[in-house]
Order: sequence, then structure tokens, then C-alpha cells
Amino acid sequence: MTEVSHAELARVVREHAGKLAASLMHLTRDFATAEDLVQDAVVAALQRWPEDGIPDRPDAWLFTVARRRGLDLLRREDNYRSKLAQLQWPVQPDPDERLRLIFTCCHPALPRPAQIALTLRVVCGLTTAQIARAFLVTETAVAQRITRAKRKITDAGIPYRIPADDELGERLTEVLAVIYLLFNEGYLSTSDRAYSRDLTDDAEWLADLLHGLMPTEPEVAGLLALIRLHRARTTSRFDDDGRLVRLPDQDRARWDRETIIAATQLLTRAAKQHRPGPYQLQAAIVACHAEAAAFEETDWEQIVLLYDMLLHLQPSPVTRLHRAVAVRYATGARAAMAELDALAGELDEYHLYHATRADLLRELGRPVDAREADERAVKLTANPAEQAVLHERLNWS
Amino acid sequence: MKYVLLFVETEQFADDLEAMSQSERDRAYQRVGEWFATHGDKIRSHRKLQEPGTATTVRMEGGDPVVTDGPFVEGKEVVSGFAEIEVADLDEALRVAKDWPGCPVVEIRPVE
Repeated sequence: MTEVSHAELARVVREHAGKLAASLMHLTRDFATAEDLVQDAVVAALQRWPEDGIPDRPDAWLFTVARRRGLDLLRREDNYRSKLAQLQWPVQPDPDERLRLIFTCCHPALPRPAQIALTLRVVCGLTTAQIARAFLVTETAVAQRITRAKRKITDAGIPYRIPADDELGERLTEVLAVIYLLFNEGYLSTSDRAYSRDLTDDAEWLADLLHGLMPTEPEVAGLLALIRLHRARTTSRFDDDGRLVRLPDQDRARWDRETIIAATQLLTRAAKQHRPGPYQLQAAIVACHAEAAAFEETDWEQIVLLYDMLLHLQPSPVTRLHRAVAVRYATGARAAMAELDALAGELDEYHLYHATRADLLRELGRPVDAREADERAVKLTANPAEQAVLHERLNWS
Repeated sequence: MKYVLLFVETEQFADDLEAMSQSERDRAYQRVGEWFATHGDKIRSHRKLQEPGTATTVRMEGGDPVVTDGPFVEGKEVVSGFAEIEVADLDEALRVAKDWPGCPVVEIRPVE
């Protein structure tokens, strides 16, 4: 019996809930039932463990609750009941079982919010209430989303399997997008960490799990490296009053060097496969920043080059804006300004476009125009659409 | 599982087909014929519908049936045919649908 911290509880539940879901799926082949049983076990654990302490075998504890509940629930379904009754602990799920689970949760026939909610519930063992709090929506909304998604999985015949080789690339893109969105949601969240779930932690855990299951997929490694490179620098992103600190002003001594080095090595190994992709390239850009001992030592030429490759794979005006910022430091404000002028039509409603423009105009000795651009940026920031745009900025899409 | 693939035409598609030469059109139809041959073991039935100008809609919702000319939704996308297929799961249905060489939109609906 130990004193249980919030984070410890989350970690233990997450470590075991997905495995339990995989075992139950293997047994029942019924996604909705398996999902329900796991959720019941998780809710029970979150009620009991803070008082009783985390049991020595949390997996066995969760399994026993789920099994008991299952026998209860499936009273009228003899088929499952007898299978469940025969089930003995420990159950060793095939590692592929969890991969099947992930691919089912992230099936492209499900809407993105449902993919995210299902993955969090089934693979990471979050409760409906925890998901609702993290995404600032009502529990009813999350519950409905999950119910609808589970019904579709059953009724539309969404399979429970790892996609065939010729589908794998496309389907993996879908899974990576879900993890990346989760990460962004957590990264941009301003809510108090003490009270809300740290989704960046769940995103890193998921990426790590996926990397363990698919070690030869370079984009999985790329996403994991990207998340770790960002998280290694989290502490310096805000000052003591919770205000955002801009990159040039961040205290680099507070960056987690060890994590940065390990993530960079992971990225280098992935790059050796010569299958570049958007996540590897984004991670490489972040690595350039993370490896610079000071802002002035940043390798901007390399960053411009990486942006060129990223734009080649994923053309986007927002990425071009980021590239223009790198051009400013690599070549100069005038060259960057020319890039920005070319984007005027597409990004006129984007506040960071005008904020960047203001910076450049000031450097070029045009303070009046700079003030005008700043005003435009502020006006656009007050717009409620800002949240969405901010998300898009981090999506680089 | 059984699914119905609803083939949906767009205005653009109809215009493009119109603009084709006879031999181009023949080739397009031939590709569709090949699709039916390739997936023949999964296709239970299929029908091409006459063009939407021939449609008549009856609405029973307000008491007396109201008969109007045209399809039930006035839009740029209209159902132009369907095929009923029998496959293992949605992924297999998707694979069949993604292969479809005809009109640009296919809706997949499981059958009860």
C-alpha cells in the first residue's frame, strides 16, 4: 500500500488498460463489449486505488474486475460467458493485439474526434470524464461520440486487424495524425496541469508504444522524436507568471540535454532508411533549434533546407511563413519580406502573418507600416477563430 | 457482410463525359466493364439509373402525397447507380470502391 499520486495512478492505469482491452478483444471479438468492460475496470480502479493504494498486480486486479463485470453483463450471452469463465490469469496478449486495437480506433471511416476519444479510452485507459475535461467539452458529448463510434464499428463492419501492406502507409498516416493532434492539444493547452491530464504525456506514451510495435517505420520514430524534442524544452516555454517566452529569450540551460541527444539519435537512425516524411522533417527542424547552444548559433541554412523538403512533401502557406522566418536569419529581412509579400493573399486573415511582417518592417526601418501590421495582428488575435488558426499553425498544414 | 455502393455523379463528371470523343467514352465504359468483371465474385446485383431528369419524387410527410419533378435533393451530386456487394468487412468494401473507375463519388452503406 502506497500513497498514490495523480500522475502515478494515470501511469499505472495507462500501462495496463490497453493490454486488458487487447486480451478481452482477443477473447470476445466484440469491440463494444471489450471497451465497456475495460472502462468499468478503470473507473473502479480510480475509485479504489487512491484509498487502498495501487495493488501489487494492477493488471490482475483490473482483469478480475473486468471479468466479474463481464460475467454479469453477459448473463444472457452464453457464448461470451463460457469463454470468459474459462479465462485464467495471466493472459498474455499477442503484442499485435494492441496494434489491431490502435488501427481500429483510428479507422478512417470514423470522424477524427471519435478516433481521438476511442484511442484515449481504449488504448490509454482514460475515463470519459478525463477526456471531457482535457478537451473542454461535456461528458455527455464525449459519451455520445464514443457510443456512436462503437455502433459504427459494429454496424458498418470496421474490421479488427492490422491493415494489409498496400493499405498500411495510408492507415498509419491516420494513426500518426491522431497522436500528433493529441500532442498539439496538450502542448497548446493553458489549463492548469495539476488539475487536467497532460495529453502530451499520453501522446508520447502512444508514440513510444507504436514505435515499439512498428520499429522499422521511420515516420513513427520521427513523430516520437518530434514529441520528445518539444517536451525536452517545455519548462523554459513559460516564465514564472505563466507568460509565453519567445525562443530567442528562453533559458537554454533548462532544456533537458539528455532527452534532446537521445531523440536526435532516434531521428538519425530513422533517417538512415531514406524514407523521409513530414514528421521526420519537422523533428529535424526542431532538432536544429534544440541543438543550438544559443539562439545566435542556430543553423538557419539547414532549417531553410529542411523547410524546402517539407514543402515539397506538404505544400502549405503556413509552412512557407515559417520558412520565411528562417530565411530572415539565414539571408536577411529583405529576402524574407519578399517571401511574405508572395503570401499576402493566402494569409491575410492569419495574425501571425501580420506579426511576422511587423517584425520585418521594423528591421527594415519602416516603423509606421510596422505599427499598422501589428494592429492588424492584434485585431485578428481577438477573433475567436484564433484558436483554430493556432492549431493549424502547429499542424503545419 | 453486405454493402450497397451508391455511385454518385457530379455535374463536372457529366460534362467531362459529354465532352469526350466516342472512342474515349468507349474506353471509359470498358474500364467500368473491367471493374465489374474483376469484382464479379463479390457483386450480387447492380443497376445503372436513368439520368436525374427522369426522376419523380413523392413526399408523404405533410398528409397528402405531393408529387414533384426531379430527384429528392436538388444538388450537384446525384446517385446514378448502385451495386450490392458481399465482402468480409468495411476494409474489403473500401478496397472494391477505391478501384471504381466511373463517377467520382461512391457512398458505402452496410445493408441491414
